[in-house]
Parts: sequence; structure tokens; C-alpha cells
Amino acid sequence: MSASAEATVLITHAVGLHARPSVKFTKLAKTFGAEVEVAVAANGPWFDAKSIVKVMAAKAPKGTLLHIRARGDGATKAVEALVGLVQRDFDEGADHARSA
Amino acid sequence: MRIKGIPASPGYAEGPVFDLDRSPASYKAKASMMEEKAALEGAIGKAVGRLAALIETADGEAAGILEFHIAMLEDDALSGPAFASICSGQAADAAWRAALDSEIAGYEASDQDYFRARAADLRDIRDQVLRALSEDGEVASAPGAILFGEDIAPTRFLETDWSEGGGIALKQGSTASHVAMLARSRGVPMVVGLGASVGPPAGGALLDAEHGGIIFSPSAAEVEAFRQSASSFAGRQSAARTFLTEPAATRAGTAVRVQVNIADPSEVDDIDIATCDGVGLMRTEFLFGKTLPDEETQYRAYRKVLEWAGGKPVTIRTVDAGGDKPVPGFTIEETNPFLGLRGIRLSLKRRDIFLVQIRALLRAAIHGNLKVMFPMIATPDEYSQAAALFAQEQAALAARGVAHKLPPLGIMVEVPSVALAPEVFADVAFFSIGSNDLTQYVMAAARDNAAVAHLNSVRHPAVLRLIAAVATFGREKGIPVSLCGDAGGDPAAIPALLEAGLRDLSVAPAQLAMAKAAIADVAV
Repeated sequence: MSASAEATVLITHAVGLHARPSVKFTKLAKTFGAEVEVAVAANGPWFDAKSIVKVMAAKAPKGTLLHIRARGDGATKAVEALVGLVQRDFDEGADHARSA
Repeated sequence: MRIKGIPASPGYAEGPVFDLDRSPASYKAKASMMEEKAALEGAIGKAVGRLAALIETADGEAAGILEFHIAMLEDDALSGPAFASICSGQAADAAWRAALDSEIAGYEASDQDYFRARAADLRDIRDQVLRALSEDGEVASAPGAILFGEDIAPTRFLETDWSEGGGIALKQGSTASHVAMLARSRGVPMVVGLGASVGPPAGGALLDAEHGGIIFSPSAAEVEAFRQSASSFAGRQSAARTFLTEPAATRAGTAVRVQVNIADPSEVDDIDIATCDGVGLMRTEFLFGKTLPDEETQYRAYRKVLEWAGGKPVTIRTVDAGGDKPVPGFTIEETNPFLGLRGIRLSLKRRDIFLVQIRALLRAAIHGNLKVMFPMIATPDEYSQAAALFAQEQAALAARGVAHKLPPLGIMVEVPSVALAPEVFADVAFFSIGSNDLTQYVMAAARDNAAVAHLNSVRHPAVLRLIAAVATFGREKGIPVSLCGDAGGDPAAIPALLEAGLRDLSVAPAQLAMAKAAIADVAV
């Protein structure tokens, strides 16, 4: 049986799915065996979520409803983890704080 | 010769000019396809190795940029087209350059500033590998030099020793580039957009990154004037910095609370909570972009700021759409929007949308010291209706067993009716004076109309008298009064505001230091 999962999540990070956030995103995606893809519209085009070049090419700014889908081993877990990362603003809270 | 540009990181630099655009050494073609492939693989590996070594000495933001470059270089999707071209007979350098140039063109064509600015990162990635291919070491700039060229690579910035001063002057460039961010955080003066017509000048230059300009081959008089501006800037900066970390107080020792105004929650990442007394105004309109935000998105945004603030107060304003801030699917097109359905008027009309925000606020309130205020209140009835909705949603959350807390509810003072008759609002938890709107309504001069800008002064006696009346009423009744308009951070307006009786101002984060310095100069 081949598992599959799909979800959407709103990007609230100030610069969107770019540069630093996309590094974290693709690193996390690579930890799953499932094939993972992202898109900025429900009908695609879909981009390989494990390739930073492709994820950057999706050009998803703040306010984008990001579509994430996965197929294969651990598909559900992969989608949940990636949605969580976007929801947590790519964990750029306290660890990113600097003194002014 | 003086050329004007755009300041990207303020400051002054005087020194020799270093030309960033000298052509790099050339690549020697290899004998076979296999060797070309191996050369490119080796060069990419070398570039990654150099970046990894740089990360060791980089701080948070710089390390993030380098990690991004490494991730791009290690992605087969980037090098794939280059290896394919090598297989069809191209040399490694030409193949790599062509592959990257097509990627760069994609970024340059973007309509988003932030995205377009990434083209500089891609060029940097391209050149690092080309440099490794030609095995030519970089010529380092002299200490204290002004780096001048089309654009600058982030790695070049990081490899440069800035301890002796120096600066950056770019013909192109962007204030949103990674280098501009780095320059601001390291205090390296930088000017962009000097224009393409400037040649690579020899000799020294004066870089004025406060106003945005560079002078090549300056006269003695120009050097003299420049040094004066530079030392005045340094004086202002260090003076303000000493105020930043201290609580604000007037010359007479009267304590003044200084909070910050924010819009996007990510803004707090750049503010040290120890330098302010909390958030006097968090705008929520930014959440209402192309789509209306759901409860979870709002909850997370509010919670982030509350947790950042620790126990310090965070005053969140319910959505103030309308006026000059239309929101598709929410606001209504009107002939006179400043006097129409905006702020609380719109929220009470569109309760479906308002209730989502109320629930998010009630849930977020458990994560810190939250206060909520309503914009554009004109009558006590509007306040009662909004407060009743909070009570209603609180009861609903309690019934569902959802963790929540009812925050103190206050109002903005921006419609003159409130400032003229504050006594009818004796029930509110606090007042926050929105000086921009209060001024425009008292002076009948639209904020967005440059032709009447001269009328829009908070220091007009009519406006100051209203502010003083609210401050007096609040003091008598024990209701806190603060001010969160632009005037709060304006050193020219601060004396009048304190004299009117205010002791609580909220300012833009960048104005914190200067506002505290201005407060220290007031006699009250």
C-alpha cells in the first residue's frame, strides 16, 4: 500500500519561502523517505520539496497558501512536519532574536 | 565629482577606492569531457569548502546566508544543466556560467523585491565556482577601502576586514540585498543605485551613506565638510546608543514609558525587549492581506509577540481596515473613506470576521500581558458592543474548555468626539491617542494629501489642547493614557507632548534611541 497525504498552510514568515526558510524546509523534507512536493496553487505546478533550487523557484512570498503533498513511506508524517515548520515561522522566533 | 545614490546602511567612509569589477582570471580548457566534469565537481566542492570555513567565523545572520549558498551549491538541480552541457561538448566554465545565468535571469524577472535581490546571491554562487575553476586567488581590498562596482557578493563582504572602516558604493544594488542587511547589522556604510555611467575612478573617495552619495577626487573643502558631517553623525549615534539601553527620563528625572509600534510580528526579532517598555501598538492589518487570516494564523502571530515581550505589556489593536487601508473582501469602496466605514465601525458590521480575531486574541492572552484596543471609536455604544462580543466569545471558549483570558479593553483616541468628551468613556481600561488621525480630523486635512500636509501638525494648539484634556481626564480617573502616533517618535514634537501631560509614548523601533534622547532634553 502506498501512503499519500496532502495539506495547505499559510506562509506568515516576512520574506516567504525564500533563502533561510527554504534551507530549513528542504533539509526537513530530505529526512523523509516519501516523495514530497510543493505548489503555490492547488493545480500545480508541483516542485520537488527536497530541492532548494526548485523550492526557491516556486517564488512563494508571505501570505501564500502553500500546498504540500507526499507519497510513499511516512507521507503523512512528512506533510505534518513540514506544515508544522511553516506554522512555526521556520523556528525563527527566540533563537533569531538579536540585541538592537 | 559628486554622485547621488540611495543610502542602504547609514554612516561615513573615507578611503581608497577598490574596483570590484576587475575581470577574473581565465579558465584553461581540459582535454576530455570526463576531465571537464571532474573540474566542475572539484570547483563546486572547493566553493562549498570555502563557505563552510567562513561559517565558522560568521554570526547568525551571515551564517544563514552562507548556509543558503551551500544548500544551493549542493543541489543537483542547480548543477544538472551544466553537467548536461559538458556532456554535449562545452567546457566546464562556459557550461556553469550559462546554467547559472539562466537561473539568475529567472530571479531578475521576479516582481518581488526580495526575490529579485536574490539574483546577487546567485551571481555570488556562480562566481565562487568560476573562481575555483580558474584557481585564481582573490585579490583582497586594502583595509579601510571603499568597495566600488556594479554589485557585491555576500562572500566578498564576509571576507573583507571591516575593522579599519571602509564602505560599499554600488552602481546597481538593492537596499533589500543580503549584503545591505549585513552592512546594517555590522554598521558598514553602504550606498546603492549610483548609476551605470560612473567609471572605475582611481584615487580616494568620500562615501556619505547617511544622505546617499559619493565624492571622487574631493577638494580640500569637500574633505573638510565631509569630516564634519561624519563626526556629527558619530556623535549623534553614540549619544543615542547610550540612551537606548536606559529607561527614559526627562531632565527633571520624570520617568516616561517608551514602547514600540509594530506591524509584522517578525519585526520583534530585531528588537531587544530590554530597550523598550513593551508594545504600545501592534497593528493587525498586515494579517489581512490578499486573504482573510484564519484564527490559527492570528493566534500564532499574537502569541509570538506576547512571548517575545515576556511580562511587558503588548497592546494589540483590532483590525483598522478602511480609510487609506483597503482590504479586498472586507472593506467597502466609499467616496470619502476616512469618514466612512473604517476601524471598529467596519468590524461591528462584519462580525463574522471580527469574531475570528476576538477568539484569536482571547486565546493568545494567556501567553503574556495582553491589552486590546479598538480603533476609530466615536461613541460609548461602539465600545460596549465590542466589549460585549469579547464577553460572548469568552463564554463560548469557556464552554468548550479552551484556554483563554479576557484582556483589558481600551480605545484609540482619534475621533475628536472622544477627546472632547472623554467622560462618557469612563468604563474603558485605557486610552491610546492616535495622533495621526486625531490631527487629520481636527485640522480637516487628509493624511494622504500632500497639498494639505502643512496643516497636519500635532503641535497646533487645538490638537495639543485635546491631548492635554485626555491626559488630565485619565490622571483624574486613574485611566492610563498613552500616545502611539508618529508624533511620539518625533524629537520636535516630544517636548510639547510631555508638556501636555503625557508620560507614555509608543514609537517606531528605529526611533527608540532618538526618542529617549529627546525626552532626556525636556524640562518637565
